Amino acid sequence: MKTPTDQPALEKPLKYYSAVTRAFREEMRRDENVVLLGEDVGPSGGIFAQTRGLHKEFGPDRVRDTPIAEAGFTSLAIGAAMTGLRPIVEIGFEDFLTACMDPIVNQAAKLRYMLGGQVKVPVTLYTFGSGGVNAGPQHSQSLSAWFSHIPGLKVIQPSSARDTLGLLKSAIRDDNFVLCLLCKSLVGSKELVDIDNDDFLIPLGRSEVKRVGQHVTVVAIGAMVRRAIEAAETLYLEGIDAEIIDPRTLSPLDIRTILSSLEKTKRLLIVHEAMSPCGIGAEIIAKVIEHNHKLLASPPVRLTPPFAPSPFSPGLEDLYLPNQDSISETLRNMVPENERL
Amino acid sequence: MGDLTPTKALELHQKMWEIRLFELSASRLYKEGALPGFIHLSIGQEACAVGACLALESNDYITSTHRGHGHCLAKGASPNMMMAELAGKVTGYSKGRGGSMHIADVAVGVLGANGIVGQSAPLACGAAYTAQVKKTKQLALAFFGEGATGAGPVHEAMNIAAIWKLPVIFFCESNRYAELSPYDVHVSVPNVSVRASNYGFRGLTVDGSNVAEIYEAVSTAAADARGGNGPVFIEAKTHRWHGHYEGDPMTYLRPADRDTENRVDPIEQFEKLMAERLKIGDEAISAAKQTAAEIIDAAVEYALNSEDPSPGVMYEDVLA
Repeated sequence: MKTPTDQPALEKPLKYYSAVTRAFREEMRRDENVVLLGEDVGPSGGIFAQTRGLHKEFGPDRVRDTPIAEAGFTSLAIGAAMTGLRPIVEIGFEDFLTACMDPIVNQAAKLRYMLGGQVKVPVTLYTFGSGGVNAGPQHSQSLSAWFSHIPGLKVIQPSSARDTLGLLKSAIRDDNFVLCLLCKSLVGSKELVDIDNDDFLIPLGRSEVKRVGQHVTVVAIGAMVRRAIEAAETLYLEGIDAEIIDPRTLSPLDIRTILSSLEKTKRLLIVHEAMSPCGIGAEIIAKVIEHNHKLLASPPVRLTPPFAPSPFSPGLEDLYLPNQDSISETLRNMVPENERL
Repeated sequence: MGDLTPTKALELHQKMWEIRLFELSASRLYKEGALPGFIHLSIGQEACAVGACLALESNDYITSTHRGHGHCLAKGASPNMMMAELAGKVTGYSKGRGGSMHIADVAVGVLGANGIVGQSAPLACGAAYTAQVKKTKQLALAFFGEGATGAGPVHEAMNIAAIWKLPVIFFCESNRYAELSPYDVHVSVPNVSVRASNYGFRGLTVDGSNVAEIYEAVSTAAADARGGNGPVFIEAKTHRWHGHYEGDPMTYLRPADRDTENRVDPIEQFEKLMAERLKIGDEAISAAKQTAAEIIDAAVEYALNSEDPSPGVMYEDVLA
């Protein structure tokens, strides 16, 4: 920790994609077992400039370009993790996780369990997912629920540059396979971050209350967090005071923060880009009802894209994704006028 | 026989018997209902496991397959803990959570048998990459069958290993049948070792019943890999005597393979060579077999007398 205690931390704006680079640089300097593998992570610096400079600083042994072979190099990273390295793996787009399901689901998630606890699999696999950039049906998906369904994996989805930095650093130091689902639409977004602290960690498995409110709890995930906050700021002027919770880690899910918010608000809206059926929202609602079926004063609501692939055409994709307007409209319907401020 | 010493020959010989007797015991126990689930045996393939593993250093790694008992034993895993795992006992390698297909002993370099065909290859490349980055001079050997050579991960692994010059040996036990279908359903060429040349490294085919030949081939490949020359592909033509799984009626066997008289027994063949070429006496040969029998009988005893796992074992080691 370099942060001085006697003066305020120096904060500067950090972009979402630079948070990725910074997390990797700091953790690679800290631990020589951390290596980075993936398509174009080397001299090119990646499609979003997310690995720029790392190949030059750490060399080709530790920052290595792979051929286009997601299954092969993901499995390779798992074998390396079992034998002492701590690989970071890039899968360019979240949709391409389908090309490496076996290493993730049948190998990484189960090896420690199957092998009697003899091995650890400290791999951080990050990928750019979700929509909002007109990338079409095979480059816009949010598949978080699939992986949250598998014991042995951890799943994180940072909604800001600061969270990306803190969560990724924790993921790299974690002894498990952590899947980090980044949001393409947030790549250029900025946030103030302490520039001197190279031990800035956000613990995995903890939700964060992003905005305090009293009328309704909005659980928003990934790029939906900003949209929910923007909606809440507008609605406050109309007397609706929404509390925004970002789970940040989808597995293991911190339900306690959500439950304690609901004790106060009694109303629940969930907003995510992943599909609604069998999704994270469904799981949150189930957990809330299991905890106390009388906790909610009105039916819970899920706001997600329709059950269709993500369309390409900009107008269609705008309609497809939840946004500030649709979140606001939903919240107006949930909070009766006589209960507003 | 190359420069095989009598001591090394006796070591190879005893290990082959340990595997044969382990597998025969497992087959018997399975029929008796003492082993649950599915088991896949490697009777007839003992020379492959032994010739390959005994040519490696103790800190080299192997990755194995669903038919992996022989590989694990040859690399030095404990027969007691293996048999206990097959029986689902808490004293087994996986505390009864993995079973036959997930035996591992990382301390002796066994990174695990694996239930997914083809994954042994890229996982071994990972261990080889660690050795390369840490400059340890270790290597990794991946066992797989000819059936796995139709699977993408094996090809992805071969391509990466070749580009990165990884210290890895791809060891294919070409045993005439993959699952329930013969070789030509799975492979388009007579010798699958030719696949290596397309990726720019050396591939060779050896007699999978000849333990001395395998030992020599793997020793040479290991020296190559350790020297930074990259991967080698070794195809060992062998013969799976039992079915894909125990209880498999093998209705698919081709006529030539039904006649068990035509089979070469790798152990018998090696015993002849030991006697004729290395002048090892009958007594030494019998003694090695006897030692193997005692080891395996003790393993069966150990497994059958072990406790079942307690319910809490189910929840352990899900996460680190």
